[in-house]
Amino acid sequence: MSTILDGLSLGAIYALIALGYTMVYGIAKMLNFAHGDIIMVGAYAIFVTLASTNLLLALVVSILLCAVTGVVVEKLAYKPLRSASPLAVLITAIGVSYFLQGTAQLIFGSKSQPITLPSLGSIQIGNFQVELRTVITLGVGALLMVGLTLFVKCTRTGRAMLAVSEDKGAAQLMGVNVNRIIMITFAIGSTLAACASFFYLLQIPSVSPTLGAMPGIKAFAAAVIGGIGSIPGAMVGGVLLGLVEKICTSIPVLNPYTTAIEFGLLIVILLVRPIGLLGVRRREKV
Amino acid sequence: MGNLKTKRSSFKLHHHINWIIAAVALVLVVILSFADALGRSDVSLLNRVAYSIILAVSLNLVVGFLGELSLGHAGFMCVGAYIGCYIANYLNSVIDSPVLVLIITMFVGGLVAAFFGFIIGLPALRLKGDYLAIATLAFGEIVRNIFKNLPYFGGAKGLIVNKIFSSTKPTLLIISFIVVLITLVVTQNLIRSKHGRAITAIRDNEIAAKAMGINVTYYKLFVFVFAAFFAGVAGVLYGHQTTPVMYSFFSYNYSIEILVMVVLGGMGNITGSILAATLITYVNFVLQNELTGNLAALKLLIYAIILIVVVLFNNAPVFRPIKEKLNFRRLFGRKHSPERIKDDAAAWDRVPTKIQMDELLSVDVTPTNYEPDKGLKDGGDD
Amino acid sequence: MSDIVLETKDLGISFGGLHAVQNLNLKIRKRQLYGLVGPNGAGKTTVFNMLTGVYAPTTGSFYLEGEDLTGKKQEVINHKGIARTFQNIRLFNNMSVIRNVMVGLHNQPEFKCNPFTGMFRLPGYYKSEKKMRERAKEILRIFNLEDERNNLSCNLPYGKQRKLEIARALATNPKLLLLDEPAAGMNPHETEDLMNIIRYIRDNFDMTILLIEHDMKFVSGLCDEVTVLNFGTMLAQGTPAEALNDPEVIKAYIGG
Repeated sequence: MSTILDGLSLGAIYALIALGYTMVYGIAKMLNFAHGDIIMVGAYAIFVTLASTNLLLALVVSILLCAVTGVVVEKLAYKPLRSASPLAVLITAIGVSYFLQGTAQLIFGSKSQPITLPSLGSIQIGNFQVELRTVITLGVGALLMVGLTLFVKCTRTGRAMLAVSEDKGAAQLMGVNVNRIIMITFAIGSTLAACASFFYLLQIPSVSPTLGAMPGIKAFAAAVIGGIGSIPGAMVGGVLLGLVEKICTSIPVLNPYTTAIEFGLLIVILLVRPIGLLGVRRREKV
Repeated sequence: MGNLKTKRSSFKLHHHINWIIAAVALVLVVILSFADALGRSDVSLLNRVAYSIILAVSLNLVVGFLGELSLGHAGFMCVGAYIGCYIANYLNSVIDSPVLVLIITMFVGGLVAAFFGFIIGLPALRLKGDYLAIATLAFGEIVRNIFKNLPYFGGAKGLIVNKIFSSTKPTLLIISFIVVLITLVVTQNLIRSKHGRAITAIRDNEIAAKAMGINVTYYKLFVFVFAAFFAGVAGVLYGHQTTPVMYSFFSYNYSIEILVMVVLGGMGNITGSILAATLITYVNFVLQNELTGNLAALKLLIYAIILIVVVLFNNAPVFRPIKEKLNFRRLFGRKHSPERIKDDAAAWDRVPTKIQMDELLSVDVTPTNYEPDKGLKDGGDD
Repeated sequence: MSDIVLETKDLGISFGGLHAVQNLNLKIRKRQLYGLVGPNGAGKTTVFNMLTGVYAPTTGSFYLEGEDLTGKKQEVINHKGIARTFQNIRLFNNMSVIRNVMVGLHNQPEFKCNPFTGMFRLPGYYKSEKKMRERAKEILRIFNLEDERNNLSCNLPYGKQRKLEIARALATNPKLLLLDEPAAGMNPHETEDLMNIIRYIRDNFDMTILLIEHDMKFVSGLCDEVTVLNFGTMLAQGTPAEALNDPEVIKAYIGG
């Protein structure tokens, strides 16, 4: 039971990161490799501000910094490549990822530093002792996802986002400011990443420059498993991957091979159903 | 016409420059080592240069010539290093000649890596672009994770390789450079053959290549296996030089380092890969003792800047006028034409949309001026 | 009957319930110049995509010289003898003109060799490569492109790029050549030139050609028979004069 709950809350974290990947992929049609490192930026922001102020302010600072970083990265590195080949964009994204890691390492050093967050304790649900951080992660995570879905479905900006993901050219002709929409997408994705970074710190309370790399890659795997470009897909994929990871870790024989199993799952999904669990098939234009 | 020049008179330097560079390097290495001019650290550096060149050139074949991004090159190297060196540990008690042991293990290591290239390539190459990149990345991590946990291969302590080459003699170094030479000759020949043409055709326009009857899957798989073989060979060379063989060395970061070499040298430019691999390995070697603590981050930053600046410079429309003025083509890879970029973007663009509408909108965009009243003679040539 | 090169029987495809093409019945005889016309969105390129294996037809079948090729892979269909050009030019832009054609020659039996021959420059490699180059030059000569052979294909003017695409398709030695709007974007002079080339190919290579074209002058001046498509169904079939004056066709073009 506690394994399942842990899995779910880790899954919620992956899902939040995966949402960033999937939105950017759906709208800007690029794999933002640096998305994982935005989490790291968020974590360091919390780390630094928490030393002088309270948690709430730290969260606000973290969200703002992540959003700004996301938008600036998009403006400087990706926007000039709007019409370039995906290979070029992907390589640049890897460069940005290295850049963020390098900068953090230059400022804070490569060692991982512990961070003290207010202890949350646990609550009693029925016969189970459930840690409060799990409840918060799950609750807030679910809330954010519902909020995002509503935002995309019901607001003007959200609908414009859908239009851009369907057909950039047509959306532009209909008067949608594509550049602005892409910028907003990056901002939202980074905001979600900032939230993810807080939940991540609740689970593993230490910061290091490479903190975002693994969760980033795994969350991308989750996005692909769920079907890239699909918001519910990212949630399903994230939760599935989180559960798999926690279940594998809890079984001693499988524990050392957790990474292999997770990525193996990704490869199997890609082979059996390349478009992901909830993805939509698309034909190539000739 | 039929007055084709003979083979000898049509000798073009730029067709042969790569193996000439390697041959000259080999001769220099032989001379220097017999003159005892190479210190221990020089030998170590040159060995690293040798396997880096092999890695960069083979990855360039995948990224630069086939146009697919592999982020698992270090994974293939890992397979080669572990398998090759594991076998070498047994063989050297059976076979006296260390050179023979090295040659056999290079073949075995390379072939096993190639086999993994086949296993992972067969399904993964059905994927395109970003998906393939992520699948190869996943493969690299899986390999590392498995070798780390298999007790036969030393587990978390790494695989101890029996030193069969004394570090005072340059045998390993000379063999390494012979392998570099062979790699370059074979790669260059492949690229300049009809099969190389097919591979470049796939990169330039996959749909057209298929329509011309090119078996795209076969060639993609071929390049993948070919590159994996050489990565495996490089891994064996690495293992004989560095003991223990550690799983942690072959991380995703090392794959990226090889990619940095390819990008810096120019995608689709073998000479560039040789130079960039040498440069980056040298700089790394020199800086590894200088940059400690926080300054070690400078390496990451330098890589980041190389990747971003080179790609932006080559692809962003903003830089096109400057690029035309400078004409850095030789150093920064093949020329990009705007048409190609556009075309690629269309072919790669694969976000779910309503296919039916797409289908209808994508065809027949040329407007017609045909008016039935005027009869058949009126035609539009837009 | 044996001179029928391409036959389609009730060929059709639907994308998620939408019938892009249905019940297409064509019979194209050897050495025929056959036109496929119709307004925008009529499904002409979709027909080409089915005939070359880009899309698998959902209904019906098609036969090349009696052999059923329905749903075969693109490269297999090309090996069997259908080659095509594209509406939006798809050349290998970073390759020289002659190399583009040599890619077309790739699968010709006389140039077959395994990759190791090229990798290790085994005997016969140079000879075969030289023969291939010669053949490519011959093909380029037909299209007056021989002098351009060492230029990058993306640097050619538009009209020449269209011609190079045809040359490349011809290099695969097809039985049936599909040309998707070969004259699009050409000036009247180039169009005239192209018509002559197409006739020349038909006469000298015994080629059967199916083409899509919007330029009615081009179609009526060149084709022996046309099929008019509208919304994926056949409106009329016959000689250009018959088919294009069909009241249904005129209605479709004016819009009804």
